[in-house]
Amino acid sequence: MTTTLAPPQARAAKRPVRLFRNLMSKIALVPMILTALVIFVGGTAWTVVYSFTNSRLLPRLEFVGFDQYERLWSTARWIVSIQNLALYGFLSMILSLVIGFTLAALLDRKIRFEGAFRTIFLYPFALSFVVTGVAWQWILNPDFGLQNLVREWGWTSFTFNPLNDPDTVMFGLLIAGIWQGSGLIMCIMLAGLRGIDEDIWKAARVDGIGTVKTYVRIIIPMMRPVFVTALVLIASGIIKLYDLVVAQTNGGPGISSEVPAKYVIDYMFRAQNLGQGFAASTMMLVSVLIILVPWAYLEFGGKKRG
Amino acid sequence: MKLTTKLLAATCIVSASAASAIELEVTHWWTSGGEAAAVTKFAEAWNATGNTWLDGAIAGSGGTARPIIISRILGGDPMAATQLNHGRQAEELIEAGLMLDLTEVAEAGNWAEIVNPPSLLDSCTLDGRIYCVPVNIHSTQWLWLSHAAYETAGVPVPTNWTEFVDTAPALREAGLQPLAMGQQGWQQNLAFGAITLAVAGLEPWSEVTINKNAEVAAGPEYAAVFEAVVDARELARGSNVQDWNQATNMVITGTAGAQLMGDWAQGEFAVAGLEEGVDYSCLPGLGLNAILDTGGDAFYFPVNRSPEITAAQLELAALLISPEVQVDFNLAKGSLPVRGDIDMASANGCMQQGLEILASGGVLPSGDQSLTPDSQTQIEDLMAEFWSGSMSAADAQARYASIIASAD
Repeated sequence: MTTTLAPPQARAAKRPVRLFRNLMSKIALVPMILTALVIFVGGTAWTVVYSFTNSRLLPRLEFVGFDQYERLWSTARWIVSIQNLALYGFLSMILSLVIGFTLAALLDRKIRFEGAFRTIFLYPFALSFVVTGVAWQWILNPDFGLQNLVREWGWTSFTFNPLNDPDTVMFGLLIAGIWQGSGLIMCIMLAGLRGIDEDIWKAARVDGIGTVKTYVRIIIPMMRPVFVTALVLIASGIIKLYDLVVAQTNGGPGISSEVPAKYVIDYMFRAQNLGQGFAASTMMLVSVLIILVPWAYLEFGGKKRG
Repeated sequence: MKLTTKLLAATCIVSASAASAIELEVTHWWTSGGEAAAVTKFAEAWNATGNTWLDGAIAGSGGTARPIIISRILGGDPMAATQLNHGRQAEELIEAGLMLDLTEVAEAGNWAEIVNPPSLLDSCTLDGRIYCVPVNIHSTQWLWLSHAAYETAGVPVPTNWTEFVDTAPALREAGLQPLAMGQQGWQQNLAFGAITLAVAGLEPWSEVTINKNAEVAAGPEYAAVFEAVVDARELARGSNVQDWNQATNMVITGTAGAQLMGDWAQGEFAVAGLEEGVDYSCLPGLGLNAILDTGGDAFYFPVNRSPEITAAQLELAALLISPEVQVDFNLAKGSLPVRGDIDMASANGCMQQGLEILASGGVLPSGDQSLTPDSQTQIEDLMAEFWSGSMSAADAQARYASIIASAD
């Protein structure tokens, strides 16, 4: 009340410093800001710096320039890892979204036992990647799993052995990954679909637009934020792909299902070559930034001006 | 205040009881049947002294266990003792002062005299101080043959690698797997090492592995090695098991003709109740060159702040190399003892052959002792790719030579 009564000059002098506005909430944020700066930014910077050294088991500051990176990019296993991740990422992104959305759309058609189906589809997500990997390793094992089952039914020439063939092993991993992850995407999509106003559907029906066309032309564009959330979740899952591979194939046969995160861990700890592991993890960071920065610029940079 | 007093009292009780019986946590990766039987011998001997052996077995071969062990030591939560392969794996940990100096125990026990071959103790030594106890000798150049499989195929059991390659088609015809092979890089690397020594012989091997001579690695002797590995790769086609003991099991049950594996495979045959010479035979040096490498396991004792634990660590170090424990442990494990002065009369034919080779001096240091884990991992990656795919011998050799050239 007093401020409104004060003359204009005095009000200008008393204008609160921006830094001290909402002081309490800023104090409360300090621990989180420090954690983010010291642990995430600090740790990242430390890793990048040490990737230019010849550290072996213990970190030491003997700089060797780009040697670690030269070795990294001339290593067959790293190249295979990158290709595998690109293939897995591309297919898993598309399939997760398509399967997740289709399941959600089907559940949204007011079917019976929706709750039961939702639980069944979401259930694999409750399993860790290690359990998923081991379970699918058994299912895809030609001697005990699916192939054996179909052969026992009488189709004796049936062959389905993706994990032991270097050309198809990534698809074996993909099956397990999609099985585990698409339930969550379905739930997010379903939540998005439930957020669509019932009147939109009525209006579409009045205009005589078909169901599929309504989904593709009206509903999906309206669900843009939901799709962005789903994409971020899927993408982070792809980059950190590690435990599924370790449990299901351990990179085999040969090196045909290796992934970058496994290269990092193996060279940091098994090969006791921190420098090489850090170089590989820095490359992973760079590739994430290359994808993330333009996207963030479009998403957030545009909004500020508009 | 009350709670603090209670806690203090509790701590006093704990430390008082700890003084009489020390509990030492020992980590290792001995988890297969024969290995577990062997490590029990250590635990029993240690428990018999009135102390407690807290077993910290880590499943899934050294590649999985070593990172866990090392990060625990680096993270300031060291175990009391741990298995590692002696050689260059713990080099930097010792340099950083994280490992207990055992020199006094070693001098008291006169290790310099009793350990045979002396190269084992050399691998434990850094700047004249001793940091680990070698407990066994493992050699990797062994071919294990299933008599049952050869009976099924109707051909005599081969006596060397060349004969084995010749008899392989007969095994295939009988619907058997000629060569059992676990699909893990280290096993493929082991097979490669065994074939190298058998085919190329000692000179080129030591030139490449010890002196890191890349020219020899690219030369004609090694070209023959890579050709032989291509043969072996064909014989191992269709073997889809992962772990080494699963592959050994194929030989035990007679579904595979042979396996290239270290002498620790013997423990599995013993657990399965098979008899050497009747149910299976073994060919050291693949029956071609009577040379064995002498890698093995050693125990390291990370530095600990408590003086009681330190004293117990030294006591355990002396116990592990004592004669009775060495005999019991190595008989169960199927490995050779590190002491030349004990009676191994109860050992079976395979171990006797190994002991003879050891006594006659046909020994060389293992790859672990000459190459860094970094180079080893690179070679394992190459071998994993080479064995499972269709890479040509020449390509593999060129890449092998470049790894050797960059090794330090």
